Amino acid sequence: MSPASPRSFFDKVWDDHVVADLGDDAWLMHIDRHFLHELSGAVSFKGLDDAGRTVRHPELSFATIDHVVATEPGRGRSSRIPGGIDFMSGLAAGVARHRIRFFDVGDSRQGIVHVIAPELGAALPGLTLVCGDSHTTTVGGIGAMSWGIGSSDGEHVLATQTLVISRPKSMRVNFDGRLTHGVYAKDMVLALIAAIGADGGIGHAVEFAGEAVRALPIEGRLTICNMAAEMSARLGFVAPDATTLAFLHGRTYAPKGALWQSASDYWLSLASDEGAAFDREVRLDCNTLAPQVTWGTSPEHVVAIDAVVPRADAARDETGRRSRERALAYMDVAPGQALQSLPITGAFIGSCTNSRLDDLRSAAAVLRGRRVADGVRAICVPGSTAVKHAAESEGLAAVFISAGFEWRESGCSLCMSAGGESFARGSRVISTTNRNFEDRQGPRVRSHLASPATVAASAVLGRVADPRPLLAH
Amino acid sequence: MAMPPFVTLDAVAAPLVLDNIDTDQIIPGKELMRVATSGFGDGLFSEWRYRGGAREENPDFVLNREPFRNAGILLAGGNFACGSSREVAVWALRDFGIRAVIASSYGGIFHANCFRNGVLPVTLAADSVRELAATVEAGNVRLTIDLPQQQVRSASGQAFGFKIGALHKQMLLEGLDAVELTLSRSDEIRAFQARDRERRPWVWIDNDAADLAAGTDGPR
Ligand code: SF4
Repeated sequence: MSPASPRSFFDKVWDDHVVADLGDDAWLMHIDRHFLHELSGAVSFKGLDDAGRTVRHPELSFATIDHVVATEPGRGRSSRIPGGIDFMSGLAAGVARHRIRFFDVGDSRQGIVHVIAPELGAALPGLTLVCGDSHTTTVGGIGAMSWGIGSSDGEHVLATQTLVISRPKSMRVNFDGRLTHGVYAKDMVLALIAAIGADGGIGHAVEFAGEAVRALPIEGRLTICNMAAEMSARLGFVAPDATTLAFLHGRTYAPKGALWQSASDYWLSLASDEGAAFDREVRLDCNTLAPQVTWGTSPEHVVAIDAVVPRADAARDETGRRSRERALAYMDVAPGQALQSLPITGAFIGSCTNSRLDDLRSAAAVLRGRRVADGVRAICVPGSTAVKHAAESEGLAAVFISAGFEWRESGCSLCMSAGGESFARGSRVISTTNRNFEDRQGPRVRSHLASPATVAASAVLGRVADPRPLLAH
Repeated sequence: MAMPPFVTLDAVAAPLVLDNIDTDQIIPGKELMRVATSGFGDGLFSEWRYRGGAREENPDFVLNREPFRNAGILLAGGNFACGSSREVAVWALRDFGIRAVIASSYGGIFHANCFRNGVLPVTLAADSVRELAATVEAGNVRLTIDLPQQQVRSASGQAFGFKIGALHKQMLLEGLDAVELTLSRSDEIRAFQARDRERRPWVWIDNDAADLAAGTDGPR
């Protein structure tokens, strides 16, 4: 490629991080930021210490506690799951030994790792950022090149500040048009996964672009990039623009003064050039998009809120049909059944997908002056301690609590039963999370994924419900 | 840590050809709760393998049936081991005795994790995987995976070639330690970082002053 040929955002960020070309599509890449949480971080430290290695750049790493920590009020550094405490103390010992900054339980900066990374300005556009967690793609919402790794690779980053990876193919998704009232970023990305499949992004670095993405606040962009992991994309990102700069300006770890100026010039220069080539392009019209909800056990099992459960033979092939049959049985739903006829007994608002202030506002808009239906256990877990405090001071917490929601401390909580808490065995729940996998939110729990407004509306009506009639215009 | 080398594997292959089998299924969250990198074989596919939450075997599940109890290879569908980054998914397979998976595609993080643990993820066309599964289900249960030749062979004469990156292949064949390999390139890393400090000084933060004060950031 000649230097003059147009480059995409991804091409530019990639080029700026190549330490060495190791041949046959193996690249030694510099890693600018590393985030650790207790579940994978404790194991990375163990590997590092067992091998007698040191951390090459502790100043480029950040650690917090989110996965196994309890989220009930007044929790402290406790976990409901046997062994959970070992992960927290393993991480705490590792960060102390290696002098890594640590936002412990009780620190105002604590929170779900992908929520706090942008909130603190620790993640920045054009950086490579990794974490031992698949939803690290979230941080692409502010224009970072971020992805999840295993704990052995985490050890590799601690020891070398690099990783060896292959170069992903490139994809651009253009979300055209404008969202209508009651439709959100979550609906955009669910519709996308329905269209291209849970493996639709496999091996790709995906740029989210188009009018509807540009119009989204950073929170919404983070939601879309979060779910890039659910289309099995290696990376998902939105190129930085004025919205990104306004979001990051003044944050603790963001550059200040003259450095801010040179950094922002660089960030804005990263936008994909006119005519940049992509291995694949996809378009999706947002003008007619309705709220979306999952019916099955894969994030591709998605329909519009006013639709019915599809037939298994709507799948692409035989293996897909078998997977769908399995999903129908697990979810205890039948083809032709209206989604909105399904009663729920649990509602969860939280997780790195949808637990930021903007998400809580959209749910509160539905809940204000209403009550959760009898028999529904509704829980809201803010994504970070800072989000929790902000929601309390602007009166959102009061809305959740008087509607009958439990109001929790920040963490992953019921997103994943590793927290030690789960919904009742076999119950049907609606959730703002990203994974409707079997057993994810508890043994045999049936999870339907949706936006915070849809979850709030469903909690109020005691069944899967369209939020639009409950939202004031 | 150096890994056991992988050269040629002749083993029973268990067919589990479903798409999008995620790592929460391979090893559910509740099985993760030890700060360890081995001893997870018992928790492999625990929600499918056992009934009613106790460790009572579900006789219908393939790994509970002879001869698949002793499987060394797993045949799976597309996007195998998508989802959570938990490396325990690889450790659980390995601890059970599975040293190779054959699938039509993989979750990217799992794919990378395999090479760090001496497990070979073979990618074949979906049709080829189904053909092999049919052979295995018909009773020819052993497959041979020949890494030097990059080929999967069945006792009934099928042979499928597969691709693998040169570095991955070498790491498996020799059981190389990835961190050691990279540390041998420390000079190149140093040179990159020196250039980068000039070019993008705002990347390089230190961990003193700002971190000692309690944070006041939040959403706005
Ligand atoms: S909130 Fe859920 S998806 Fe996000 S990091 Fe935590 S466990 Fe993973």
